[in-house]
Amino acid sequence: MPDQTALPAPATGPVPVAGAAAPVPPAPDVRGGGAPRRRGARRHRWPVVVPFFAFLAVCFGLPAGTMVYGAFTVLDPESGASRFSTENVSGSLSGAYATGLTGSVELSLFTALLATVIGTLIAQAVVTSPRPVLRGIVVSASGVLANFSGAPLAFAFIATLGTTGTVTQLFHLDRTGFSLYSFTGLVLAYLYFMVPLMVVTVLPALDGLRSQWQEAAASCGATRGQYWRHVGIPVLTPSLLGGAVLMFGTAFASHATAAVMVGSSQPLITIQIANALNGNVLVGQENLALAMSLNMVVIALLVMAVQIPLQRRSARWLG
Amino acid sequence: MARMKFTSRAVVLPLAALYFLVPIGASIWFSVNEVEGVSFDAYTQGLGTEGLTTSLMLSVRLGLATIVCGLLLMVPTLVAVALYLPGLRRTVEVLCMMPLVVPPIALVAGVTTVLSWEQDLADTPFYMTFQMLRDESFPLVLVLVYTVMSLPFLYRSLDAGLRAVDLRTLVEAARSLGASRLQTLWQVIVPNLRTAVVGGAVLSLAMVLGEYTVASVLSYRPFSVWMVEIKDSEAQLSVAAAMLSLLITWGLLLLLTTLAGGHGRRRRTPVDSGRDNREDRESRDDRKKTVS
Repeated sequence: MPDQTALPAPATGPVPVAGAAAPVPPAPDVRGGGAPRRRGARRHRWPVVVPFFAFLAVCFGLPAGTMVYGAFTVLDPESGASRFSTENVSGSLSGAYATGLTGSVELSLFTALLATVIGTLIAQAVVTSPRPVLRGIVVSASGVLANFSGAPLAFAFIATLGTTGTVTQLFHLDRTGFSLYSFTGLVLAYLYFMVPLMVVTVLPALDGLRSQWQEAAASCGATRGQYWRHVGIPVLTPSLLGGAVLMFGTAFASHATAAVMVGSSQPLITIQIANALNGNVLVGQENLALAMSLNMVVIALLVMAVQIPLQRRSARWLG
Repeated sequence: MARMKFTSRAVVLPLAALYFLVPIGASIWFSVNEVEGVSFDAYTQGLGTEGLTTSLMLSVRLGLATIVCGLLLMVPTLVAVALYLPGLRRTVEVLCMMPLVVPPIALVAGVTTVLSWEQDLADTPFYMTFQMLRDESFPLVLVLVYTVMSLPFLYRSLDAGLRAVDLRTLVEAARSLGASRLQTLWQVIVPNLRTAVVGGAVLSLAMVLGEYTVASVLSYRPFSVWMVEIKDSEAQLSVAAAMLSLLITWGLLLLLTTLAGGHGRRRRTPVDSGRDNREDRESRDDRKKTVS
């Protein structure tokens, strides 16, 4: 083991590519030797990334492609052949399914807005707090709670605010007309994992606001309000919008919480897709489910597209 | 603005604490509250029931398989892209983020359709593949779908880790010391990416343990699906299981912070093995090389 350091010279023998660059000290020569080496290496480095692309093609591309294909085809019951049609897509955009889509979008927009505002307020309270312990607690709690979604979260809320829930019985909430199995109930439950997620997302951006900027603004005679209006908020806008987009996406894709908590009583597209897939409503609705899934992907893509031009601007100041 | 500062400190945090603590407290109370006082039966007896152990074990096995599958795919790919194929970086990033655009329910809709081809392929060798994918005791199809769903976490975590180390120098040093490519990957790169690898793995595991949508649509019975199945017959047990799953998530993330905090040369030296020693010497060497 001790003479390992003495070995490099002979050991480089079988590895001429690395050896060629290593013993040459002047920088230009290393550069000159590096370029052809990399080009030569690229030829046989391709196989390394093949499994990744193959895996994605089979496990992601195939289902996604099937989704698009299925959304635009209908199976002829007599001949058994499938033909191109927009029936599924138009069916998925009308009647109860249209209500489900708008219901999902409304719920996601509303919760995303609330989560962005509340999450930022909490994060700002933590950043400005003089106690580092508080920050540690909030960050670790947010990490845990952001991952606490789906069925367990639904049970926690049913046990708390459901018809026989602890808080419902304690404060006789049923008499006030409050019901967990409503839009409000869903908002309350969704915020439970979205706000912590927003706190975790926005904390680095708030940390990136340098105190020097505030001091510079103050020494130029700006009030705190002016600082926020002209410096703080503009610098934060891309991060906040990015966070809001993430919140929307999370709420929009979320299925388990709503499925366990409210079942089909609230019109949500994720629940409708699951019902159509399970044949709960009608048999043979698989292609309709695929069309609804396609609608979801299109909406998610549109919302995500908002974020892309903003990323660069945010990276310039807070990267 | 001074007023906002006041509100955020004095109002926002207590309100948030109330909102986040009440459901947990109320759930624990719900699971122990009986007509004649407090009973911990849901925890002492219920958590030992057979359904819970089988479903939880299935979830854990699925989670571990997902981690192995995801890391085996992502680590070599991202290392190769960072070192030799910088032109592919953007493509790989976009592909890894795709699952964020396709929600799990949409993905599983596509997967169900693909799986329904089974009948058409009955006479081909693919039939066996489908049988294997849908094996009731260990559904590989879930591992594959979960791996796709974990790509965004893995990418973010590993990408951040790769940016933090001087990969090219590490590899050149290892290779010039005579390490093979696999040795370089396994003994030099992966130990340096430990925090990132553990971070991505823990997040994937937490995701798989709580996953309900995909498993329920494909009618398998991991932990969260079992929890929902018993909700009508044993409400207290399902709430107790929900608290258990919160505890598991918490434990996993605690493990992650501990491991991430323990990452660092100072910590590693006293407890090292021969391999760590060599690795340290190598990185010291390559630092010298960079200086010269």
